[in-house]
Amino acid sequence: MQRAIIEPNPTSPADSKAASAAMSGSLPMQHPNSVAAEVRSLCKTYNAGTPRAHEALKDVNLSIRANEFFTLLGPSGCGKTTLLRILGGFEMLTSGVCRIFGEDVSRLPPEARPVNTVFQQYALFPHMTVRRNIAFGLEMLGKPKAEVERTVDRMLDLVHMREYADRRPDTMSGGQRQRVALARALAPQPKLLLLDEPLSALDLKLRQKMRLELKSLQRETGITFVFVTHDQEEALAMSDRVAVISNGRLQQVGTPEDIYEQPQSRFVADFIGESNLVEARVARCIGGEAALDVEGFGQVHAPVAQRVEVGQKVWLSIRPERLVLGAGHSDGQATASIADRTYLGNAVEYHLRAGEHALTARSPRGGLRGRQDFAPGDAVSLGFEPGSIKVLLS
Amino acid sequence: MSTARLRDLRVFPGFGLLSVGCVVFLYAPIVVLALYSFNDGRSVTRWAGFSLRWYQTVFANQNIQTAALNSVVIAIIAATVATVFALGAAIATVNRKKGGGEGAHVVLTFPLMVPEIVTAVASLVFFVAVGISLGFATILIAHIVFCIPFAYLPIKARLESMDETLPSAAADLYASPARAFLRITLPLLVPGLVSGWLLAFIISLDDFIITALVAGPGATTLPLHIYGMLRLGMTPEVNAISTLMLAASTVLVLLSGLLGQVGRKH
Repeated sequence: MQRAIIEPNPTSPADSKAASAAMSGSLPMQHPNSVAAEVRSLCKTYNAGTPRAHEALKDVNLSIRANEFFTLLGPSGCGKTTLLRILGGFEMLTSGVCRIFGEDVSRLPPEARPVNTVFQQYALFPHMTVRRNIAFGLEMLGKPKAEVERTVDRMLDLVHMREYADRRPDTMSGGQRQRVALARALAPQPKLLLLDEPLSALDLKLRQKMRLELKSLQRETGITFVFVTHDQEEALAMSDRVAVISNGRLQQVGTPEDIYEQPQSRFVADFIGESNLVEARVARCIGGEAALDVEGFGQVHAPVAQRVEVGQKVWLSIRPERLVLGAGHSDGQATASIADRTYLGNAVEYHLRAGEHALTARSPRGGLRGRQDFAPGDAVSLGFEPGSIKVLLS
Repeated sequence: MSTARLRDLRVFPGFGLLSVGCVVFLYAPIVVLALYSFNDGRSVTRWAGFSLRWYQTVFANQNIQTAALNSVVIAIIAATVATVFALGAAIATVNRKKGGGEGAHVVLTFPLMVPEIVTAVASLVFFVAVGISLGFATILIAHIVFCIPFAYLPIKARLESMDETLPSAAADLYASPARAFLRITLPLLVPGLVSGWLLAFIISLDDFIITALVAGPGATTLPLHIYGMLRLGMTPEVNAISTLMLAASTVLVLLSGLLGQVGRKH
């Protein structure tokens, strides 16, 4: 198998400062639009043919582009880790195809795939120093000794772990182990780097720091990252594109803005950020704009992208921060009463009752931007920012 | 609730006395045995001054030396072969928890609960039925067999405590299954292997019942020889050999425990 291993920069010897520059500079550039990994009609069933059969993945089709930071996002048990393990070769798919840079790897074991993994608990070899851990993959590929040591040095610099080179993993903190695991997985220059919830074992501060580091590592190395997480905030902050998975099915794939602003199902609207979901019926539909009847609310207008029938049941989704509260009544507007007010520091959250519906609205620090503050018991009118209502069919 | 019950037991009147009694009953005979190995007289009940003469007789006795050498050689070979078998068994049962691993585990450890005399008679009958003449070889085969479960338990415990994603990580880093085993699994199993080997070694060295039944006329081990000497009368010479065996066992058990602790730290 042909693999791209970083060559030392011929003009300047790889000293510690030039290391990361040398690394990104000598990378073979992949075509920006080429496909790094794709799965077609992928199904995975555990214990197939037994009463305990469990369909972990159902007909998944997905393309991951070269050089992108791609995230598989979903609640625990949704199948995202199974998908990652199939890409890595740790699980065999039940049916379908899995390709990495065009090569069908469906039946290849992990050691034959140009892919490396950062494991959730890091899985560093406890009987080896940091240096030997990072060198392991290169040694297994049969790289010459001098090249191995050079690459390991570069990796140590890349993750700022030079001074820990001769330490054992069990003497280091979670964040340090995390960096070593990253360096070990990056050292053989994989075509695809798989990351299985690598930040979940870290505390909040460190997690936020590592987010930035991971993102910049991905840019520096130009390697395609496939990142698994159940933390939507993490997914939005780091990814170029996100695939939302639920119950073994792909729900939506798109940029963080896409999936946050244009959710296509109730699940996505609810799972990504917070959403007020209200049932509605289509009253009229003219030229991509629909009038929708909401019980106890009256009629609201919203653009619809899909075909809808008059009388069809749909769901409306509106983000708490896009719900505008006004004092008292005004004509033709829905009204609600404040049930509770929660002070969040940078914002104020209002829990509203509007007929049958319980809604949440969030204002940046009550009173700012000309918005008024309200107290429990106040009657308010509900306004919607233009384009803030999403019509969901499922 | 369990701690409360524990405290109740400890404040029970006479608990301390009982504990001391237990320790005394356990160790008093051993202490007496060791003490009288240094007795100057021929009696094992009357003290006649300190001397190392019985140790000198032991080291000068050709028969004791032959028996001791037999014991050590058999123990080393039996422990080594049993450890290799046990390693294979442990890997097979730990990796295949669903596919009959539990059953295999029970089958492997069941001999520990079979009365030794049954195993001894069974071994003897088997050797006679198959037509192997009794002697050094039959002792060795029997020892290898009964050492396997002893070697198996520490290896299995070590393997179970090992992070099971480590072999996956090795495979992910391009190691073939064989290289992943040699570079990752085996080095991490070393404490388990050593403590399994030591346990098997001691069990083999101490064994009497099975050895007595399957030993031929020519071959003898140290425990068999000591038993033979006792029939001719108690002398402090027996005490001296026993004390030496005790010392060897103690050192090995301490070593095994020490290695187990080092292993657990990882």
